[in-house]
Amino acid sequence: MNDAVNTSIISVAPALRLLPEIVMTLTGVLVMLLEAVLKPKTSRKPLGILAILGTLAALGASLYQLHLPAGTAFFGTVQSDAFSVFFHLVIGGIVLVTLLISLDYFEGHTNNVGEFYALILFGATGMMLMASSVELLMVFISLEISSISTYILAGYRKRSATSPEASIKYFLLGSFATAFFLYGIALCFGATGSTNIYDIAKGVAGGASPLLLTVAFGMMLIGLGFKVSLAPFHVWTPDVYEGAPAPVVGLMSTAPKAAAFAVLLRITYGAYGTATHIWMPLVWILAVLSMTIGNLGALTQRNVKRMLAYSSIAHAGYLLVAFTALAPMGIAAASFYTAAYAAMNVGAFGIISYLSGYNEARTNLSDYAGAARRHPVAAAAFAVFLISLIGIPFTAGFFGKFYVFTAAIDSGHAWLAVVGLLNSGVAAFYYLRLLGQMYMLPEEPAREPDTAHARPSFVLGMAILVLAVFVLGIFPGRALRLARAGAATFADRSVPPSSPAIAQLQTKQ
Amino acid sequence: MLNASILTWLTFLPVAGALVVLLLPRRGRAAEGFTLLLTLAFFLLALHLPAHFNYHQQQGFQYELNVPWISSPAIHYHVGVDGLSMWLVVLVSFLAPLGVLISWRAIEDRKREFYALLLLQQTAMYGVFISLDLILYYAFWELSIVPLALLIGMYGRNDGRRAAIKFFLYAFIPSALLLVGMLWLYGQTGTFDLVQLQQQMHGWSTGPHAAGLWLTSLAFLLAFAVKVPVFPLHGWLRDGISEAPTAVAMILAGKLGLYSLLRWHVGLFPTEAAHVAPLMVALGATGVLYGALMALVQTDLKRLAAYATLSAVSFIVLGIYAFTAASMDGAAYQILNESISASAFFMLLGILYERYGTYDMGQLGGIATKMPGLAVLFVITTLSLIGLPSLNVFVGEFLILSGSFQTHPRIAGTATVGVILSASYMLWMVQRVFYGKPSTSVAALSPADVNWRERAAVWPTIALMIAMGVASVFWMHAIDLSVPGMAPNKVSLGAAVTPTSAYATLNPTRGMTR
Repeated sequence: MNDAVNTSIISVAPALRLLPEIVMTLTGVLVMLLEAVLKPKTSRKPLGILAILGTLAALGASLYQLHLPAGTAFFGTVQSDAFSVFFHLVIGGIVLVTLLISLDYFEGHTNNVGEFYALILFGATGMMLMASSVELLMVFISLEISSISTYILAGYRKRSATSPEASIKYFLLGSFATAFFLYGIALCFGATGSTNIYDIAKGVAGGASPLLLTVAFGMMLIGLGFKVSLAPFHVWTPDVYEGAPAPVVGLMSTAPKAAAFAVLLRITYGAYGTATHIWMPLVWILAVLSMTIGNLGALTQRNVKRMLAYSSIAHAGYLLVAFTALAPMGIAAASFYTAAYAAMNVGAFGIISYLSGYNEARTNLSDYAGAARRHPVAAAAFAVFLISLIGIPFTAGFFGKFYVFTAAIDSGHAWLAVVGLLNSGVAAFYYLRLLGQMYMLPEEPAREPDTAHARPSFVLGMAILVLAVFVLGIFPGRALRLARAGAATFADRSVPPSSPAIAQLQTKQ
Repeated sequence: MLNASILTWLTFLPVAGALVVLLLPRRGRAAEGFTLLLTLAFFLLALHLPAHFNYHQQQGFQYELNVPWISSPAIHYHVGVDGLSMWLVVLVSFLAPLGVLISWRAIEDRKREFYALLLLQQTAMYGVFISLDLILYYAFWELSIVPLALLIGMYGRNDGRRAAIKFFLYAFIPSALLLVGMLWLYGQTGTFDLVQLQQQMHGWSTGPHAAGLWLTSLAFLLAFAVKVPVFPLHGWLRDGISEAPTAVAMILAGKLGLYSLLRWHVGLFPTEAAHVAPLMVALGATGVLYGALMALVQTDLKRLAAYATLSAVSFIVLGIYAFTAASMDGAAYQILNESISASAFFMLLGILYERYGTYDMGQLGGIATKMPGLAVLFVITTLSLIGLPSLNVFVGEFLILSGSFQTHPRIAGTATVGVILSASYMLWMVQRVFYGKPSTSVAALSPADVNWRERAAVWPTIALMIAMGVASVFWMHAIDLSVPGMAPNKVSLGAAVTPTSAYATLNPTRGMTR
């Protein structure tokens, strides 16, 4: 298949290219088996801890892959390089924190929580696989793996009215979207005769039918647009986020999006790298639409989860702005933004899950009135995440936006940066309104007893995220270097494939 | 040793202090006491700056530190002060302990958060004044919005939340354009460093970059003008000041924006600033009159103070953009004066409010008989604010007006009316509040006169009003070194500088050497 990359790296065992995915799968299977063995009424916490350990091992495996030379395996279907490692770390980090948050979330509410952990692990496997696939059919399969797990997870609060509704809505629209994606792959195959990213790239450069290519890209963009909730494919987002359990929303608003953006990056800059005129206009139209519709939608929301759902649409739009930039900068900026966005958004939903509890007692803005008095620490953490979502300096959100808009301006899209930054001004209003509710209003008498009490695992998870928000906001250098190294794997075919990604990391400043 | 790191210590110690304050016990006076000690220590530390400042260094920055922060894009942690920013740093340090003292009883609820945010704000303000790298500057500039908005919202007297969100959006949205402008500059030059930018952008005004430069300068101007605020952009000011607790009102308006105008608008875009100057001078004069007229008709003391502030900062805007050496020197000096006198005014209003629970002039009257001590302090502050000769504000106003007469005689003449108006509304206010027959609500209460703590907060400002009015040379010396450096393009500046500039008459020895 892709011989240029493949020949000189025979020494790397194929399994090593998929090491993180393999670790995740094995842990998931193990959790499933143990779940069946454990007595029905006992605590499932050990399974959660096992899942956490498995995730840590997968993160370690990803870091190990940095030391491997970049290259493909399994007949050129998967590729491990700095780019895939970056997204593995982001996805693994999100999963780790989600597991920490949900360790006590279901205690006493649902039996068989083991399957919850297993589903998260399987979903993560799919997402990681998406980031390392360079073969569109492989992408499709991994997209399905990750999607099916998240469909079930969305409906995990079985006895509430909204959760199953969310699950079904997500499932119906999601499968619809994957069908679009599949159709796009088929058309792409028709145009270029291959479903491999690199072979498609050759076909695109070699003058395949532009019409077919455009339609194929449009279809794939629709499919992925659903997954990352870009306007106008966003309609499912508020309903699903409202219904799904808060820790799951934290996961599904970040990790599958990171994976889908990784795929989109591979398709745009990889497969369609020489045909930017095909996708550039589509991308900036979607970016402007998503930013504007997301922010305007969020302004009118009274439900906090719906508000953050619209905010996530807007953030997908900001991220898409990076796609209008030239290759290495745009890719690096988009990658960095996924990491920054993941840290703050998982954090925000984590705090919501803590403050509102399993029964989602606090759903409306007014329920957060005076929350800072009763829960000063949680409110402070929430404030950090919200301030980062606004994009105030010294937080991750600032440098996320900074790099994205720098990339756009450098590529001559200053007006897009103006639109984006004015949008973030609008966005400041609704984040502030929530902040204002917590800090600036007297406490409302609680309608039902406040059950929130912090468990060590939850505190650890939030501490990791707060730290991540500040580290990415004050010392973004290291994360950015990795993102740049990942971006370099696209364009820079001159880097000898035999050099490990870590070497690239040290030379690329 | 200390010279290289002192600015860094000053900037980041308050944040560390803020974290400690959050951990202090909730009861007792621990939070106030600790913050007071901290801010006093910072003030002493800040005094190191004028003590070891090289007053003979004509150009450039002192106490400089320049280390790479982020390699790509090239962002440096580049800090340093010149004559003006040094005095502003000292000013921030000077006002901080006074703000703590005056909040001692006013803030009883959520004290730790209050003092922690106040310290965070101190860090942000230091950062704004010392940053010489655009992104570093922007980071502190944005950071300075957050604690202020939170403080207004959390401790506002009626509808703080509304005022806070208004303030935040007013400040934040133009900053977005500011960021775009910065990134555009970086795209063209590859640097965020002030000095390098000034060198590289030399002569751009006529080159291929002219259009972009023009737009960028407007983005900068807009962001700063909102924060000052300059006349039509003052929508947040009235509610912001009238809601803000005393310690916050003291730092809300003026110096951050005015300093930024001087350093980053006039300093970075001298030609564009010269083009836009007639507009800014006109807006300044309009603001002077509008603020004064609005102040005349207010019945709420806090709102009167807000419009008086608008009038005072508009004077400074007028001085900056009149572009003569005297007016710019005067404007720079006036940033300090306005801050000190307005702070004293806000503190006295706060003291009054603690006694009578209202800012409504209709309910106050004849307080002088009840609180003679307060009346004395109030009258001195009033005299300073209306520009009585031998007090601080007079020096600045005189320099600004005499300087701007050279370039914009008619507008300066109009602005002079503002001086008369300010005397009217201030003296009328004093007369209504302090003299005459005690109103029913005043007669009903007999609160204690100003106590030692409040005296300790107000007297230092009064002492400075006199000192800065009598011995202005002491401060002018350093400011005079830096202000010409703000506008490296001598074309616009030099034309207006004459040997007989007003400053020369005030200070012959320095004035003649120009």
